Amino acid sequence: MCLAVPMQVIEINGSEDDFLSQPTALVESDGIKKEVRLDIVDRWPNLGDYVIIHAGFAIHTLDPQEAKTNLRLLQEMAAVTHGDGETA
Amino acid sequence: MKYLSEFRDSALTKPLVAELQRFPARPIRIMEICGTHTMAIFHHGLRSILPEGLQLISGPGCPVCVTAAGHIDAFVDIAQQDKVRVAIFGDLMRVPGSNGSLSQAAAHGAQVEMVYSPMDALELAEKHPGELIVFLSVGFETTTPGVAATILEANRRETSNFAVYSTHKVIPPPLELLLADPDLELNGLLCPGHVSTIIGAQAYQTVADKYQLPCVVAGFEPADILRALIMLLRQIHEERYEVENGYNRAVTWQGNQRACALVDKVFIPEDSPWRGMGILPGSGLAIRETYSQFDASKRLDITMQDIAEPKGCLCGEILCGKFAPPDCPLFAKACTPANPIGPCMVSSEGTCAAYFRYGEK
Ligand code: SF4
Repeated sequence: MCLAVPMQVIEINGSEDDFLSQPTALVESDGIKKEVRLDIVDRWPNLGDYVIIHAGFAIHTLDPQEAKTNLRLLQEMAAVTHGDGETA
Repeated sequence: MKYLSEFRDSALTKPLVAELQRFPARPIRIMEICGTHTMAIFHHGLRSILPEGLQLISGPGCPVCVTAAGHIDAFVDIAQQDKVRVAIFGDLMRVPGSNGSLSQAAAHGAQVEMVYSPMDALELAEKHPGELIVFLSVGFETTTPGVAATILEANRRETSNFAVYSTHKVIPPPLELLLADPDLELNGLLCPGHVSTIIGAQAYQTVADKYQLPCVVAGFEPADILRALIMLLRQIHEERYEVENGYNRAVTWQGNQRACALVDKVFIPEDSPWRGMGILPGSGLAIRETYSQFDASKRLDITMQDIAEPKGCLCGEILCGKFAPPDCPLFAKACTPANPIGPCMVSSEGTCAAYFRYGEK
């Protein structure tokens, strides 16, 4: 049930502090657009941010810094093997 | 940063495979808790590149699979009631209960609609004012906050013909149960991705401490899973047992507290039945009294019966890691995705469905 592909926010309706505003966002990935709710997202997204979606709700706004760290850690782990060329 | 192509780059995954294969052969058993991980591991062929001796065991993290037979029967009962239309996630449609499945009920006139989101079920209530719309709700920590938000929205809109039948569950109790079983002999846990987005990596600390078990949270891309396996193997070889987060971009230590607060506002823990595991204390979530007008179990006065699981089906044991699908005599013979006997063959995250689809016998 977990859709792992993060989608980009291209439109936001409603606001963070107005609970009656039915907060939604239009998100896009690979040309596919979807409307999602923002009721439960951990951080209110800005336009252009990427969010993780589950059953019509954004559950997490990705932080570019965290994602870069994540990628760097993967690259470093990959580089270990690359470097010494040893095989077990 | 697109958060996708970067993580799928083969320049990244290839050396990770090599790194994983450098670990010396040794019998190691790692459980992947989450059904989405089970599927991703099969889909990307990761089982074929594991170092010798490393065994991956599927756990209790497929929500449809762990739903007890009694709950499936309750779903069918609700669907058959007069002036009721049920809304479900598609995965539930063909799960057999003792009185058939929802799809068979639909063939006999019950109103069953597949939805993508609980909010779509609420919209159905506006479309069909003469009917009671019941969302038959299954799912773990990732799904529950959205259902809580939908109930709050229904409350705000004062929608009177919408209710939820909650069979929601939380993942730590079955883990405790499984790990207390010495026969399982697990050496590490590959912890779920988006469940952890909600509850945080901290949720596994108790288990890591109590059972001295390495726990690593993993994302769903091949590189993510490879990295998490390497982190687990490093811990195992260095005899450490810590909670580590291999999915930093989507998971924090504390989790999504806004979502957790909403769940807490609408739901209250209750004892819940799990397929193959019996009733686990505090493992389910019921709708709080304040929102009882949205609680289908109260509105329709549903009591769940204790129903035996399908004869010969080993789903319960498979969910506990005791057997693999090929151990079931019905697997790929009497039981196939076209003619499923248990939920593990129906759900897109079910272990039997994964073995069948990817041809592992
Ligand atoms: S193969 Fe079918 S009958 Fe056997 S355990 Fe899986 S779902 Fe149950």
